[in-house]
Amino acid sequence: MYRIPEQNLDRLFSLTAEKSKLYIPADTAAGTAQFMPWKEGLKLTDAHNTVRSAKDFFFPQTENLVGFRVEGKSIEVIDVREETEDFVVFGVRACDVRSFSILDKVFLADPVDTYYKNRREHGTILSLACNMPEETCFCGTFGIDCAAPGGDVQMWQTDGWFYLEPLTEKGNAYIDTVSSLLEECGGEAAAECRRAIDAVKKKLPLAGLTTEGFGGDKMAELFDSEKWGELAEACLGCGTCTFVCPTCQCYDIRDFNTGHGISRFRCWDSCMYSDFTKMSAGQPRLTQLERFRQRFMHKLVYFPANNDGEFGCVGCGRCLSKCPISMNIVKVMKNLTEGDQ
Amino acid sequence: MQEIMKKRASELLLDGTVSRVIGWKAGDFVYDITPAVFESAEEIEKDFVYTAFCGANLSKYLVKESKKPGKTLVFLKPCDSYSFAQLVKEHRVNRDSVYAVAVECRGKADVDKIRDCGVKGICGISEENGTLTVDTVYGDKTLPLSEVMLEKCASCKTRKHAVYDELLGEEGEEVADCDRFGKVRELESMTPEERYEFWRGELSRCIRCNACRNVCPACTCEKCVFDNDNSGIAQKAAADSFEENMFHIIRAFHVAGRCTDCGECTRVCPQKIPLHLLNRKFIKDINELYGDYQAGADPDTRPPLTDFRTTDAEPSIVYRRGEK
Repeated sequence: MYRIPEQNLDRLFSLTAEKSKLYIPADTAAGTAQFMPWKEGLKLTDAHNTVRSAKDFFFPQTENLVGFRVEGKSIEVIDVREETEDFVVFGVRACDVRSFSILDKVFLADPVDTYYKNRREHGTILSLACNMPEETCFCGTFGIDCAAPGGDVQMWQTDGWFYLEPLTEKGNAYIDTVSSLLEECGGEAAAECRRAIDAVKKKLPLAGLTTEGFGGDKMAELFDSEKWGELAEACLGCGTCTFVCPTCQCYDIRDFNTGHGISRFRCWDSCMYSDFTKMSAGQPRLTQLERFRQRFMHKLVYFPANNDGEFGCVGCGRCLSKCPISMNIVKVMKNLTEGDQ
Repeated sequence: MQEIMKKRASELLLDGTVSRVIGWKAGDFVYDITPAVFESAEEIEKDFVYTAFCGANLSKYLVKESKKPGKTLVFLKPCDSYSFAQLVKEHRVNRDSVYAVAVECRGKADVDKIRDCGVKGICGISEENGTLTVDTVYGDKTLPLSEVMLEKCASCKTRKHAVYDELLGEEGEEVADCDRFGKVRELESMTPEERYEFWRGELSRCIRCNACRNVCPACTCEKCVFDNDNSGIAQKAAADSFEENMFHIIRAFHVAGRCTDCGECTRVCPQKIPLHLLNRKFIKDINELYGDYQAGADPDTRPPLTDFRTTDAEPSIVYRRGEK
């Protein structure tokens, strides 16, 4: 275990940024928190979490995959891939850390997504324990411990100090690069901080939410539930929930005519959109009810069915605080199992 | 107010005057209220709420619900009633199949603004005489409602309804000291470069979730051009981030003269982009060029942008480029 006083945080940022790119959660002009490249004077946000999740670092909203230059009858294929620079992300919460392992199951499974893998290999994650979780937090439902957030280095902020514990080789390598600012210490203060967070976790209003009633074996009964109609009724069909979600991983690949050639890009897609998975035969999910159902079935049933029971939600609560009509996965879970739990 | 509304909705459902009621449904944390359709007095009794967090404008749901058999009751706050009237004017909602109940409103709260005051872990909120008491995981806090109102309520133009079949509570007045164009004037006084930077900065946060468009009562096209694969618009993946900016500007043009300034776009934006300012700029320009006009105020007046007169002002003469 290592530690550094809070007042030296800027020096830690500065030293980290000398060696590699550094991103920290900071406030925008509008007061929303987002990960930003660190520069002199940028302060860590007071907000509990960022609006956009940390998945953006590995799975960006849009990226060019390949280019084509067309001349006469010849087509030249242009590889636009570049080796990513090393980067460090400071202050990732436990929920987002878990989301990376969910995304890994999708993008690192055969055939490996080399664009994703490239970024994943170059990123070092410094996680930060949640001293003051929000009422919308329910990571515990999915077995995530916000008092021990994981990643390459896990951190606790308590009594004017940041405590750092490296967990991986990358984490050890990071500690080496900034060791001149750190002092070695025992684990008592971090353990005390963990106990304090454990006490808060019990008081959270969603502490009792369980995954009972969901999972890969509940496919038929949940798919056919009569409650989807009422749940989906007010859905606007916007993509807010899917775009702030750390685990939503659906994408579309399209060609864009640049005027000089073709650029093939990948972009986030949303199952809430009317053209999601639209094929030559049309859109397989005709109404918002089917699209809405798809999102929750994917996270609570299809994903665990294909991934040894792991759920496709990490309980970060972003959809709870951002949905324009306040419909979200917690209301869906409670409603579908009403009377069961 | 909530109890009066519940009683009246149940009566009208039971006596068959209406077949369904569009209202607001309680959530888990008081502030997370969802628009809902209620079809029985039991459903009303169980879940219907009308609190300081019923900011959502229900009028757009009528496009779908008013096509169902029987009458649909909708509760309308003053600002919502303008959206409703405009939808009727545009023949998007059949007036005869709607039973519009006007409800009084003294402004609705914005939970994000409560959070901005440093309040974390909100478990419950109660309102009494304009004061909110917030019960949190980390203790109680009190806040004046007036300081945490939605943007649309902080610059409320009128508490008087445009149209209704029945009024519950007291009808309000126009807000005399409303200065909803203050920020627009501030932007107008900037240099074009400053203004460009302002908007590029604000719009750079856009994630293209389309929440602003989908909630907008003026956006009721059967198929939006941005959702049409054949339009040649790469809506999901901007080749250039300026495309994202253009989306909002094109949308503001499209609803110009029809936007009632209900403020839903700004309320729902997950990235807190002040989208209403684009619309207010159009409203202010229209007022200055063609005389005061309020979309949705009455069923007959022709909207200035679809009403050509030879005496119309020529904008390029009234406004010289970059200055008045």
